[in-house]
Amino acid sequence: MSETAHGEVQRVDELLDSTLESVDHAEAVVVKAAEDMGFDEEELHKIGIAVRETMVNAVVHGNRYNSRKKVHFEVRRTESTLTIRIGDEGEGFERKEVADPLAEENILKFSGRGLLLIDAFMDEFVTEPRKPIGTQVTLVKRKVPPASASQTN
Amino acid sequence: MSVKLTTRQVGDVTVVDAAGRITLGEGAITFRDSIRDLASKGNQKILLNLGEITYIDSSGIGELVSGFTTVRNQGGALKLVGLTKRVQDLLQITKLYTVFDVYDDEATAVRSFA
Repeated sequence: MSETAHGEVQRVDELLDSTLESVDHAEAVVVKAAEDMGFDEEELHKIGIAVRETMVNAVVHGNRYNSRKKVHFEVRRTESTLTIRIGDEGEGFERKEVADPLAEENILKFSGRGLLLIDAFMDEFVTEPRKPIGTQVTLVKRKVPPASASQTN
Repeated sequence: MSVKLTTRQVGDVTVVDAAGRITLGEGAITFRDSIRDLASKGNQKILLNLGEITYIDSSGIGELVSGFTTVRNQGGALKLVGLTKRVQDLLQITKLYTVFDVYDDEATAVRSFA
């Protein structure tokens, strides 16, 4: 595969419907890209969950399954870095206003753990307002070279 | 594959063997309905075997918690056995390991209900 600008070896830009099928699609695209980068099975699983949770937030909480609203899905892959951007067309949210799922009073709540999992599984997790409307989430996962990986263990 | 649940009886303990995926949508709904059905029929000792579960997202974790509270609110107990490393990791991250009674083997888990 030939490289594009900025050392990219893969670019994906898609406009997805606000459906659970789009969640499955985005997860599959990202996991395939991560597999091509050489991430192991456990990392693939974690990356997949992070993308699934982000997509679910965009489809369910952001766009509220509205068929007129789209999910803006981007993947940028270099030899060492996988970057995913997922944007919705919802009303936006403040991450700091989301209840802490680890707090004692929330531990038995049904929902609210998605952001926690994303944060645990990715190297970078940034949420910001998307212009003109909605929320954009950026996820980054870096491939650690084997030599560096062994030094950190 | 969505989730597949198979129920069997070991003494007075209802063992639910779960396989597949518990994720938002069909998997989570199937799981929720099954646990609520068991609880509504008076099963108070439920052991959930997650050994063949390949994937759980935050909705699936929510359903585990919901099942736990549903059974507990009816005076019973829902316990877990056979967790894969992936599920163990999820329960550690979410601190739910401190909430659920988790066992490595079924015989010990069944005896714990006595």
